[in-house]
Amino acid sequence: MIDTVKNAEATPEQEQPYAELGLKDDEYARIKEILKRRPTDAELAMYSVMWSEHCSYKSSKVHLKYFGDTTTDEMRSKMLAGIGENAGVVDIGDGWAVTFKLESHNHPSYVEPYQGAATGVGGIVRDILAMGARPLAVMDPLRFGRPDAEDTKRVLPGIVAGVGGYGNCLGLPNIGGEVVFDESYQGNPLVNALCVGAMRTEDLHLAHASGTGNKVILYGARTGLDGIGGVSVLASETFDDTAGKRKKLPSVQVGDPFTEKVLIECSLELFEKGIVAGIQDLGGAGLSCATSELASAGDGGMHVWLDRVPLRATGMTPAEILSSESQERMCAVVEPANVEAFMEVCAKWDVIATEIGEVTEGDRLVITYHDEVVVDVPPRTVAHEGPVYTRPIQRPADQDDLQANTPNSLPRPAKDDLLALIKTMAASPNLASKKWVTQQYDRYVRGGTVLAQPSDSGMIRIDEETGRGVALSTDCNGRYTKLDPYEGAKLALAEAYRNVAATGATPVAVTNCLNFGSPEDPAVMWQFKQAVKGLADGCAELGIPVTGGNVSFYNQTGTTPILPTPVVGVLGVIDDVRRRIPTGIGAEAGETLLLLGETHDEFGGSEWAHHVHNHLGGLPPKADLKREKLLGEILVAGSRDGMISAAHDLSEGGLAQALVETCLIGEVGARVFPEGDLFTALFSESAGRVLVAVPRTEEQRFVDMCTARRLPWRKVGVVDPESNALEVQGLGELPLDELREAWEGTLPALFD
Amino acid sequence: MRVGVVTFPGTLDDVDAQRAVRYADGEAVPLWHGDRDLKGVDAVIVPGGFSYGDYLRCGAIARFAPVMQEVVEAANKGMPVLGICNGFQILAEAHLLPGALTRNHKLHFVCRDQWLKVENNSTAWTGRYDLNAEILVPLKSGEGGYQADQTTLDELEGEGRVVFRYVGDNPNGSRNNIAGITNARGNVVGLMPHPEHAIDALTGPTDDGLGMFLSLLDLVGAGSLQGVGIGTEVKA
Repeated sequence: MIDTVKNAEATPEQEQPYAELGLKDDEYARIKEILKRRPTDAELAMYSVMWSEHCSYKSSKVHLKYFGDTTTDEMRSKMLAGIGENAGVVDIGDGWAVTFKLESHNHPSYVEPYQGAATGVGGIVRDILAMGARPLAVMDPLRFGRPDAEDTKRVLPGIVAGVGGYGNCLGLPNIGGEVVFDESYQGNPLVNALCVGAMRTEDLHLAHASGTGNKVILYGARTGLDGIGGVSVLASETFDDTAGKRKKLPSVQVGDPFTEKVLIECSLELFEKGIVAGIQDLGGAGLSCATSELASAGDGGMHVWLDRVPLRATGMTPAEILSSESQERMCAVVEPANVEAFMEVCAKWDVIATEIGEVTEGDRLVITYHDEVVVDVPPRTVAHEGPVYTRPIQRPADQDDLQANTPNSLPRPAKDDLLALIKTMAASPNLASKKWVTQQYDRYVRGGTVLAQPSDSGMIRIDEETGRGVALSTDCNGRYTKLDPYEGAKLALAEAYRNVAATGATPVAVTNCLNFGSPEDPAVMWQFKQAVKGLADGCAELGIPVTGGNVSFYNQTGTTPILPTPVVGVLGVIDDVRRRIPTGIGAEAGETLLLLGETHDEFGGSEWAHHVHNHLGGLPPKADLKREKLLGEILVAGSRDGMISAAHDLSEGGLAQALVETCLIGEVGARVFPEGDLFTALFSESAGRVLVAVPRTEEQRFVDMCTARRLPWRKVGVVDPESNALEVQGLGELPLDELREAWEGTLPALFD
Repeated sequence: MRVGVVTFPGTLDDVDAQRAVRYADGEAVPLWHGDRDLKGVDAVIVPGGFSYGDYLRCGAIARFAPVMQEVVEAANKGMPVLGICNGFQILAEAHLLPGALTRNHKLHFVCRDQWLKVENNSTAWTGRYDLNAEILVPLKSGEGGYQADQTTLDELEGEGRVVFRYVGDNPNGSRNNIAGITNARGNVVGLMPHPEHAIDALTGPTDDGLGMFLSLLDLVGAGSLQGVGIGTEVKA
């Protein structure tokens, strides 16, 4: 029997499995207080999923507020939409608006790597589409456990194939991301997905359902039993005796990229015809989320006829229909006069479209199932007025010990061993070439990709006439964040900012995906709060706003939380992609190699300490955001005036790794002469540094500019097209063939 | 010259093919899968992607699309037709070209810049290249392994119908390192790599692929464009 509102009123004492659905006693009590009766099964399903950590941000909300508090009007001036919308939107000039967002799909990807990763891509792409933009490119920051662990051989190939399988079939170029290994991710890999899209500024669509009488149309795939997750406890209670045993379907959703591709083209044609009043994608929490968010964002109520929803399984309960996370669905609000035109476009694309509801007077979301009311709620209480927790916060007891255990006592290599160390580090899994991964991704489709992996940033052309485009980079070093979450978050921001500037683009906006352990652990909440503060303060110093983001809690292996991993994505604008700065050297004969910034003895959390000594302790490098900003301005000025022929940011692995990569990517040798302590010069991970190649004719002009603007610089070498080797003065030379084998051989040896 | 570019649901590289036609100073004409109409075009490109999702054998459904009936008819009368990647798979399924494309031998999708040797420069699509020229264009496919029986391979090799051959290590297990072939008449060419992604060094590895589109446009001046507009004539 279907649990109706009438039935709920008649059976106030009926026990409900709210605890199995993740609701606490007081949360359940609050639902009863809101409704002035017990919830129906369908209402319970809606509240439980919408009040989950994932949908309600109940543990993070009080801290995320700090982003808003630190964003000035000046920083906000280019923002067309910000936190709270499906994705942030930025005005990039020439009448173009760009929208971008990062999101996590960590837990499903551990359970079912291929589908988890695939639907992670699908979800973020629909978020971008729901802003009215054409999705243009994706990026995927990924983190795995030990590279040689047996389970990593299951998880990594599956996730990579899922990202590629979905993105390639969808026709979106994959222009970058990260692949990082650390033991803490062994039972909890991180799959973050970024999508960027563009639209004309006047075409921005926000998810509103205003206008009584407007129709609510569900279009795209049918709704099935996949991705129902916890709500299946309700199904077993109501169905076991009547319908017999039903086949259980995986709680991880199953993706169909073809349907999503068609959905994108169909939606864009609908937007172009101007017949969509409001739009919302169906992601986590499915119809529960879409209907309650659309209704609460509008100024009226909403009536939904749930029995009209096209299903792909028989005998689904209202609770299941509302909770299903079947992929590739969108919900639109359409004026009655436009419904016919809407249906015509859907028919052209063979997309199923069904009028499932309408905007009503009043302020209730009423959902009926075969004329019986199964949901009658104030939509804001579902979508926006969930519980908010101020969780206990405690600096971890061992944080002091961790910071006191500096890398200073680690044995450093003798001078004679430094050359070999360059090769060893280049072959270490975190620094090794990620080609094994990225060559499974289409980076060319749509013909707008100007830079992709292994460049510092991905870059796409937005306007084919003017050449205006955007650059994007995502970064985070979880070891730095573990040592000092505040500084670590700033360092993640600094690196993403620097990577964008190193391609000649001006950084303008920030998104993030904050991956942490359990919010019920006060030490994790301390890391979280510190990281949010560091990121927000860093953004204020750089003068660029956070336009959106995502929080993923409960990432842990057993009871051990992952390294705190606030992945930061920075978006940059370039007025003409033709002046982009490539990563590889050797494009012009006789280039000089300059190192911009200062090198200190900074090895806390470094890749050397990690790879050679399996050591994590001390303090991370210092972040100096004023310096990063100056560095960014110099790089953009150098790009504008044609003074820089290549640039590569220094990060994990220091100068040595930057040299290896610029030589191998540019397929040309170099002679370098680092100064001071050679180990520090080559492997320190001091922030705020970029290696640039300048044509000899521009060298004087460029260094004069650096000197005048007080940016420290040092000449560290020259490009040597004849040598086919990386020669380090005083140490000897490494043939490029040998280096390439080391750099590119690691991942195939592990995963082929 | 008007060059039709077919779009099936799931086609991805149609915008790229249209751009390549424009870069070669041709006029790109979108053709929709459900229309039995070639809109009076002078040549057709069947671009890459995953037509109808390709959950079945690649191209197996697309060959039955209404527009393909017109393309086959026109091709058989001499209209220049180019199939790229999924387009090549579709032309093979439609029997405009012999053989079949199978799962890459290492089972992974491969996206890389690929050197190709041009071994036939007398087709409608390769006149611009020097014989045995080597060009660098993207290859991006999961099912690009060219397979055919020995008789067919001997015939292709014997008649010089292998148009492009992979240089260096074989990326997908194609027999005889075959990357692209033509029909006996030389008007229909199919290849797995993507010349339309290599028309500008800004967005591709090189501009080596542009030659294929320029080759087609050259036919206008040469007066050797046979079968022009046949699709629409038949319809009328």
